[in-house]
Amino acid sequence: MRQSATGGAPDPVGVPRQISKSLTFGEGGLVASLVLLAFASLTVASGAETAAYAFHAWLTVLASLAAVFVIISHHVERPAALPAREVDGRPNYNFGPVKFATVAAMFWGIAGFLVGVIIAFQLAFPALNFDLPWTAFGRLRPLHTSAVIFAFGGNVLIGTSFYVVQRTCHARLAGYLAPWFVVLGYNFFILIAGTGYLLGITQGKEYAEPEWYADLWLTVVWVTYLLVFLGTIWRRREPHIYVANWFYLAFIVTIAVLHLGNNASVPVSIYSPKSYIVWSGVQDAMVQWWYGHNAVGFFLTAGFLAIMYYFIPKRAERPVYSYRLSIVHFWALIFIYIWAGPHHLHYTALPDWAQTLGMTFSIILWMPSWGGMINGLMTLSGAWDKLRTDPVLRMLVVSVAFYGMSTFEGPLMSVKAVNSLSHYTDWTIGHVHSGALGWVAYISFGAIYCLVPWLWNKRELYSLKLVNWHFWISTLGIVFYISAMWVAGILQGLMWRAYTSLGFLEYSFIETVEAMHPFYVIRAIGGVLFLIGALIMAFNLWMTVRSPSAEPAVSLARNPAFLPAE
Amino acid sequence: MATATTPAPRKSLWQKHAFFERNSIWLIIGILLVISVGGLVEIVPLFYLKSTIEKVSGVRPWTPLELAGRNIYVREGCYNCHSQMIRPLRDEVERYGHYSLAAESMYDRPFQWGSKRTGPDLARVGGKYSDEWQRQHLADPRSVVPGSIMPGYPFLAESRLEAADIGQDMKVNALYGVPYTEEMIAAAAADLRTQATTDAADAEALQQRYPGAQIRDFDGNLAFVSEADALIAYLQALGTMVDFKLYDDKANIR
Amino acid sequence: MADMHRQNIDAVTGVSTTGHEWDGIRELNNPLPRWWLWTFYACIAWAVLYWVLFPAWPLVTGYTYGLLGWKSREAIQADLAQLRAQRAVFADKLAAASLPEIEQNPELLAFARAQGRAAFGDNCAPCHGAGAAGTKGYPNLNDDDWLWGGTLDQIHATIQHGARSADPDAHAGDMPAFGRDGMLPRPDIVAAADYVRHIAGLAPAPGADLAKGGEVFDANCAACHGAEGKGNSELGAPNLADPIWLYGSDRATIIQTISNGRAGLMPAWKGRLDDGTLKALTVYVHTLGGGL
Ligand code: HEC
Ligand code: HEC
Ligand code: HEC
Ligand code: HEM
Ligand code: HEM
Ligand SMILES: [Ca+2]
Ligand SMILES: [Ca+2]
Ligand SMILES: [Cu+2]
Repeated sequence: MRQSATGGAPDPVGVPRQISKSLTFGEGGLVASLVLLAFASLTVASGAETAAYAFHAWLTVLASLAAVFVIISHHVERPAALPAREVDGRPNYNFGPVKFATVAAMFWGIAGFLVGVIIAFQLAFPALNFDLPWTAFGRLRPLHTSAVIFAFGGNVLIGTSFYVVQRTCHARLAGYLAPWFVVLGYNFFILIAGTGYLLGITQGKEYAEPEWYADLWLTVVWVTYLLVFLGTIWRRREPHIYVANWFYLAFIVTIAVLHLGNNASVPVSIYSPKSYIVWSGVQDAMVQWWYGHNAVGFFLTAGFLAIMYYFIPKRAERPVYSYRLSIVHFWALIFIYIWAGPHHLHYTALPDWAQTLGMTFSIILWMPSWGGMINGLMTLSGAWDKLRTDPVLRMLVVSVAFYGMSTFEGPLMSVKAVNSLSHYTDWTIGHVHSGALGWVAYISFGAIYCLVPWLWNKRELYSLKLVNWHFWISTLGIVFYISAMWVAGILQGLMWRAYTSLGFLEYSFIETVEAMHPFYVIRAIGGVLFLIGALIMAFNLWMTVRSPSAEPAVSLARNPAFLPAE
Repeated sequence: MATATTPAPRKSLWQKHAFFERNSIWLIIGILLVISVGGLVEIVPLFYLKSTIEKVSGVRPWTPLELAGRNIYVREGCYNCHSQMIRPLRDEVERYGHYSLAAESMYDRPFQWGSKRTGPDLARVGGKYSDEWQRQHLADPRSVVPGSIMPGYPFLAESRLEAADIGQDMKVNALYGVPYTEEMIAAAAADLRTQATTDAADAEALQQRYPGAQIRDFDGNLAFVSEADALIAYLQALGTMVDFKLYDDKANIR
Repeated sequence: MADMHRQNIDAVTGVSTTGHEWDGIRELNNPLPRWWLWTFYACIAWAVLYWVLFPAWPLVTGYTYGLLGWKSREAIQADLAQLRAQRAVFADKLAAASLPEIEQNPELLAFARAQGRAAFGDNCAPCHGAGAAGTKGYPNLNDDDWLWGGTLDQIHATIQHGARSADPDAHAGDMPAFGRDGMLPRPDIVAAADYVRHIAGLAPAPGADLAKGGEVFDANCAACHGAEGKGNSELGAPNLADPIWLYGSDRATIIQTISNGRAGLMPAWKGRLDDGTLKALTVYVHTLGGGL
């Protein structure tokens, strides 16, 4: 909140006037709600059926009281008038929440990669499970997936969306406390979800593991997120909404729908963390993968495409390749993605007709996905030479290439004949990480490398050379990871179905497990490389933030210039 | 649409899109409409098409002990490594048994079909091994299967099962139409203890409520009902409800 | 640069822009790439064709079956039938032949061993070990020592019905818990344990009362394990006079065995595995090395 003054004086008039201050509706409402929440949590804490749940209730009590304290003390200190929307005819951007989300993204990213490395080693050396509940693979794996997707990816999405929507609408972020509520509330959700997994609180639905109370909290945060985003769009100067914001909107709206649909559950009691989902069996499976696939489609794809649509043209200083392609691939992508969920349920007890729809729509999805890739890559036409000198741009562009690769692989794996081999194997894991490391993480890294100097008002990153090191080390890591998983997955799939000449299964299951060992080791090494890259990045960013600020002339309102590497 | 000439798009059509670019509310409504279709078409029919869930006899709701065990299965994240869905592919049918039916998981909340087979499928593991083996395997997988990469869960046998209010869980399930009767819910806590005991007096009543339920001390420790008792009871029940000697494949081709 | 958006032509490519600008970003008015559009159409056309041929669209009471009439659950039956047909040459002979006949016919033997090996890996190895060498509580199937008898028929019976399983024909009868059930006082148990080690040819513990042990043994154990401790495969009572141990030969383990009893459970496989597989497994186990 302190940062809200960045880039302009806190008061349009400049001199704080001695008018009587009153609580804004936001301040008053939030304080009242948080006090209520604290009381409710206190009640729950006193009657909680499990210690883990009581811990969460206490955490909520503390967090809401701390928030109340901060809001009130900030109110006391702040000038009577709220930060102006504009200063000297220029938008008075609110970058505080963006900065927070950026730092949080780096933190959670490294935590998530680290847990990824740990579980990768556990699969190679099972003694690393340590026979303890909270260190076992089954609990750490959801911690990893949530940490990288929702904590890392989510903070990148919220942070960049708050940045991009302000810049492309030429308007200050809507709301005074609301943006902070979104960012802090979201990270509180992450904290509850993550500690919950370790303590054994889970709904048992992939990528939707948080229990009912965390889900409820996320719903509140998410609705606020939508309102802040929309409110900012309503302030826009340019009458047309920029394509990045279409994608952000589709991401925010659809995730809300998916979240509600897949988490419809009734708690056993408000004193119990446990709930039961409304759907069961085959219907639950379909709802789950309607959700799960579209978490990929809207969280990991639409949201990150939005990032692409801002950061690539910005960094390359080139116009977006094709407006018409933007339109067609946007609508086609969001329409078709929804249908593809059943490709996670090929040959299961889901009826054949639904599997056919899942498969065929996945194939149709290929081109709409590549539409985004084409628009991203072709935006560089006329600026390809920059790839040689600017490793940040290279990271952004390589991420789009990986996006293209995994959205080709995806439709391929959706073909039933292929899926009968790949399903349940490490091929899926290879596919996931070519998308996750190559696309999601790389585009995030690229965006953060751009953002940090802009946000902290620096001329350029501390070291482009380190970016280069990061790029090559982590690319090597990705290559290790995904090639090991492709070989492992296909080998596994072939071994499971291998028949001897006499017509009997050739391998027992445990033989296939043993055959995976070398690939699990290679994968883990790849993960270490990727993690090292991220640590280099964190160091580079830290040094950037600590470096002296740019001259005021190179201020935020302008298109930030950057230096070539050599 | 595929106009090749560069500067002049067919203005009329492309410029219509400005409607969405200028109206954020219509943009949102457009998005909502577009994303609703696929989900509705794929999900809703699963609730009304009779062919979705096969007609079979034998599938009953989980006993209180099995339900508690299932919750431990979920809690420990076994689904991250084990599927419970045998696909109708010949190698799977030969390795794991009859392909899984939709009916077999119709009371499962959440479903646990899984998406990764780091360990083998467990849909029909019930009765495959002894309780003793399950106990040893859970406590220290590599003591019985040297090449295993499964984590050890020695703490399960040492932890007392906290499930005194399992009836409450069943009530929520009953709300959704799982055939738990008032009687079953009232007897839940007692049934839970009974099932984990050898020669308990009310074993027969339990059997009547849950036909085919296996009743014994699952973890080899009569002193108390442990989490291992519950989990092993669940594992030993997996895939045992439908008698495939009687099941008519032809009738349920779908 | 800030004023460039006024001219609606991109200087680098010569393509017109849409005239909008957001934070310095503009958009080119390039058409949809041809190859992209045609590939998109091709994918749609392929999907439509697929819908015509295969089950696809849900309706009010059913769904479109597709012209091919393909169903995954018919396909698997056909696949399995084909597999059965492929094996039929030998499988039919295997079904008709008696167990000893299978062993005498090299072709059938090879076939049965192949089938047995496949079934063993996923069903039996988790207990008996990949090489069937067993571990504590799970007997070694490679040796000549059999709890329940090592003839083909005996092995066949054991595999089909198991030991102490829920199968009504399972081998039954436990090793009693002499200590826990109060049948023998502790000193007698210790003496019996020492005596067991003695007849197995193991060095006696210092101060072992073998005479007393012998008395206890004759009175309590011989009924099952035989007067000389050679065991009884009718009752599943192991031979105690050999160096092969199911649970272990150290004094503490034997004392524990006598005090708390033993009742290893071998599951019944009839019903879970088909009759041909059960026969094949019998032959496989029998030819592992041991067997009578
Ligand atoms: C890291 C992955 C992993 C996790 C987590 C895991 N398992 Fe396993 N599981 C395996 C592997 C690998 C095997 C095969 C080797 C073996 O039998 O140990 C296996 C085998 C099994 C088997 C024997 C199946 C058969 O047919 O042979 C059972 C039963 C089982 N696991 C139950 C569980 C339960 C219950 C949990 C959770 C409490 C669990 N597993 C968690 C990897 C895992
Ligand atoms: C749950 C673990 C388990 C599995 C799985 C298992 N067995 Fe056993 N098996 C046992 C135990 C325990 C015994 C010894 C029973 C006893 O102590 O009397 C045994 C005994 C036997 C015997 C008798 C050995 C003797 O000395 O008489 C044979 C033969 C045998 N098993 C074969 C098989 C075959 C073939 C399979 C697979 C189809 C199999 N077993 C699967 C646990 C198992
Ligand atoms: C009712 C029959 C019966 C009687 C009486 C009996 N046993 Fe046993 N004993 C068995 C059976 C059956 C087993 C095998 C249990 C198994 O396979 O799990 C066994 C196993 C053993 C073993 C374990 C062998 C190994 O390989 O680890 C020892 C030692 C033993 N008995 C000793 C004794 C002694 C000493 C007595 C008398 C005090 C005795 N038994 C009385 C039936 C009996
Ligand atoms: C250091 C980098 C990483 C390592 C070492 C790593 C490792 C792993 C491992 C070992 C698994 C479990 C695989 C299995 O069960 O067999 C996994 C799963 C997963 N990871 Fe990662 N990971 C890394 C980064 C990421 C990132 C950046 C993302 C997403 C943005 C991601 C998303 C996922 C997802 C979605 C799964 C679940 C896949 C599935 O269920 O099919 N990971 N990861
Ligand atoms: C056209 C686009 C895509 C299609 C059609 C597609 C298709 C598929 C298919 C068929 C599977 C395997 C399902 C199974 O057998 O269990 C899968 C898994 C997965 N894909 Fe994709 N994919 C696409 C793009 C992406 C992208 C860009 C990502 C980004 C990270 C991604 C992330 C995942 C994840 C996380 C899983 C694992 C889900 C799970 O089982 O837990 N996919 N995808
Ligand atoms: Ca998965
Ligand atoms: Ca017990
Ligand atoms: Cu998918």
